[in-house]
Amino acid sequence: MGEFAIVWEHRGMIMDGFESTLIIVALAAIGSLALGTLLTIPLMSRHRVVAAFATGYVDAMRCVPFLLFVYLIYFGLPTLGVRFDNWSAGVTALILYNAGYMAELLRASWKNLPKETIEAGHAFGFSGWGLFRRIILPPVLFAALPLIGNQLIQIVKDSAFLTIIAVAELTHEATSLQTTYFVPFASFFAAVVLYWVTCIVIESTVGFANRYAEVRR
Amino acid sequence: MTTNDYLSIVHGALATISMSLVSIVLGVPLGLGFALIRWSRLPFFNQLTIAYVSIVRTCPAVTLALMIFFALPQFGISLDPVPAGILTLTLSTAAFNTEIWRSALMNFPRDQYDAALSFGMRRGTRFRRIVLPQIVRSSLPALVNEMTLQVKSTPAVAVIGIVEITRAAIRVGARTYDPLPPFIFALVLYSVIVFAFVKTQRAIERRYDHAGAH
Repeated sequence: MGEFAIVWEHRGMIMDGFESTLIIVALAAIGSLALGTLLTIPLMSRHRVVAAFATGYVDAMRCVPFLLFVYLIYFGLPTLGVRFDNWSAGVTALILYNAGYMAELLRASWKNLPKETIEAGHAFGFSGWGLFRRIILPPVLFAALPLIGNQLIQIVKDSAFLTIIAVAELTHEATSLQTTYFVPFASFFAAVVLYWVTCIVIESTVGFANRYAEVRR
Repeated sequence: MTTNDYLSIVHGALATISMSLVSIVLGVPLGLGFALIRWSRLPFFNQLTIAYVSIVRTCPAVTLALMIFFALPQFGISLDPVPAGILTLTLSTAAFNTEIWRSALMNFPRDQYDAALSFGMRRGTRFRRIVLPQIVRSSLPALVNEMTLQVKSTPAVAVIGIVEITRAAIRVGARTYDPLPPFIFALVLYSVIVFAFVKTQRAIERRYDHAGAH
């Protein structure tokens, strides 16, 4: 039990890492949802070429393992002249990668949207961006809510990979705590519990939002 | 990139494929076992399985790998990187497979089970002859989907020093100061592996459809 006492004594380190993880996840969640939403428009486009490019992007993201993608951004882009520090490289990678998944699940939800809704929108004089924002997007987002929740949990799990490019997130801090004081079980156990709590909070928040959406429908 | 560089990444691909396959071969039946514990509501073990699935499902594979590799020796179990990596991947895929098998069991039509009972089939026979063939069929797409996710999460074991595709590509990139070509080659290899899984699933499904027509 002495091990847990050491981790408790240095809880500041773990909490700093946890805070970074939460900030990274929040930025990545907002960024990938926004970018994914925008990406859904070309994905559903009637222009073949536009749709093919968007589909290509989504499929590429779904084929690459996240770690390889992080390396691609962190080490690969500088050879093309784009420079990043590890923090922004990590967040950028999370956003670009998960935007592909977000776009794909929003596309599926959009396809299930009844035609009448869009036709009614047309009849009321909505078109273009206004039609998308006011008529299409709200029901599409509501219907996709549980899947968006799953993807948010995936973002939490992916964020742990950023330890490899030395972003000081939760797993990274747990590793440095365990190497300094040799308390591997207690420090990783603390990290696992914090990841678990984060995901449970996300799940219950999404569940709550889902019930709210059901009531409004 | 020299031929040797390509070969070293292909060598990494063998590690990725074999570790994925071993963890799938272990993880799929293990998931079924856990799902049966949940289904039969075996006291104590049921709660244990619920906790296991809930925690592992939300635990990043990297963190799990580090924990298994560094913390198990404290309890007198010292694992080499490869067994530790296989244990990590098996535990994580089994948690997802448990949920897939469980949902198939929950959706299994009760009347068929009762019919088998009325024919006097024993518990084991009932499961083997009536339940299992049908839940295998209904779970297959979800199981293969999980297998492709599993292939994509294998780079997590690179943190404990296993040289699989991603780590092999990094090494080549670090040596040649030109990381893009090895990364792109690695990407092609991953796509080929994932594609092979999807193809196999389609082939098995076609065989099932064929068998179902008779």
